[in-house]
Amino acid sequence: MATLAAVLATTHHPFYLKATTMPPEQQMPQAAEWKRKVEAYRETLTRAKPDILVMVGADHFHQFFLDNYPQFLIGKAPRYDATFYNEEREFGIPKYVLEGHEELSNFMHEGLMERGFDFAFSHELKLDHSIICPIITTRPDADLPVVPIYTNIFVPPLPSPKRFWDLGRAIREIIDEFPSDKRIAAVGSGHLSLELGGPRQFKETGPDPEFDRKAIEWLSTGNIDAILENVTHESMTKSGNATHGFMDLILMMGIAGPIPTAYHDNLDLFHTMEAYFTWYPEGAAA
Amino acid sequence: MSKYYVNKFLFTVDRDPELLRRYKEDPRSLVASWEQSIGPKLNDAELSTVNFLTDAEREALIGHDYVALFEMGAHFFLSLTIFIAIYDEDYMAKSGPLSFQREFAEKLQHWTGKDYPSVALWQAAAR
Repeated sequence: MATLAAVLATTHHPFYLKATTMPPEQQMPQAAEWKRKVEAYRETLTRAKPDILVMVGADHFHQFFLDNYPQFLIGKAPRYDATFYNEEREFGIPKYVLEGHEELSNFMHEGLMERGFDFAFSHELKLDHSIICPIITTRPDADLPVVPIYTNIFVPPLPSPKRFWDLGRAIREIIDEFPSDKRIAAVGSGHLSLELGGPRQFKETGPDPEFDRKAIEWLSTGNIDAILENVTHESMTKSGNATHGFMDLILMMGIAGPIPTAYHDNLDLFHTMEAYFTWYPEGAAA
Repeated sequence: MSKYYVNKFLFTVDRDPELLRRYKEDPRSLVASWEQSIGPKLNDAELSTVNFLTDAEREALIGHDYVALFEMGAHFFLSLTIFIAIYDEDYMAKSGPLSFQREFAEKLQHWTGKDYPSVALWQAAAR
């Protein structure tokens, strides 16, 4: 059976690459620290020696729009283009082509259906920054095949926080059953408190530092009970209108299980709290 | 009103450099041609006949009026992205990084601490 080598849950600040590669005299003061933290975080994936990446993110109206917006979707293609014109324009993120892993995509899709998750699926999927940002930060060579999973954290009605947790648990079972000697890592991205296009955007900190502090505590200690007691769609809205991306971090902890992280770090940036979490469920790379 | 159609405008224009240029330079003309020939497209072969902009929505789009769009419940991501595309560079040159984004937030300050207009597309879920 396959080995779950690592689970990573990370925020995806789309300006990381631009902020850390512009001429040093133009860089923000925190750029060097940000780069150090990201490189240390990257090492937690490298150390796990993964062969395949299950990538969790959310399409930000790049391929999918309101005429047909999936709640949960799995990519099943042999190869994936990445980065849309408007992401290159706004964030300076380059284009990529990632190899897919059709065998694991199919096995995952069937396993999800068997467990009551009737996923939408795509055989021509172009990935957006929710998947490419973590590739840039955790696997910049982009040299591993991926199985992309998209969730709806963006357009109400959204699935519940509990549903994201349960989906993570289902993905874990399926990875554990995958008949292969490969090492699989799951890497997913989301947000802590976040405001976009509203009165609390682009402040000195994220819109709700108190939520950020608690969320880091809950995730790093594996405290799913506290999350499910405290986090609802309404509470996330109060923390910032785009905070619902937190549910993808809940999903990632669902893949790991209710256990403490082996590694976590954070960085208070303008506009958001960046946070990085890694679990080694098998103790494999600890 | 059609929140869906406002979002469709923002979505289709933001992803197309030529439409975006026209929306920056001559919004009234671009909105008019969008309503004629782009908005109704379901795909390259099919048209849909069921959507329309209200006068208030049309004027908000023509005026690059992101406050009105926020108050109509246009999706925050689409609205922020397209107006960053239109204004960020000029503001940056004049007033430095993030000056447009901060002005955007400032103009919405009267919503701080209140329930924002919902981005949900159905009316009953006013949250």
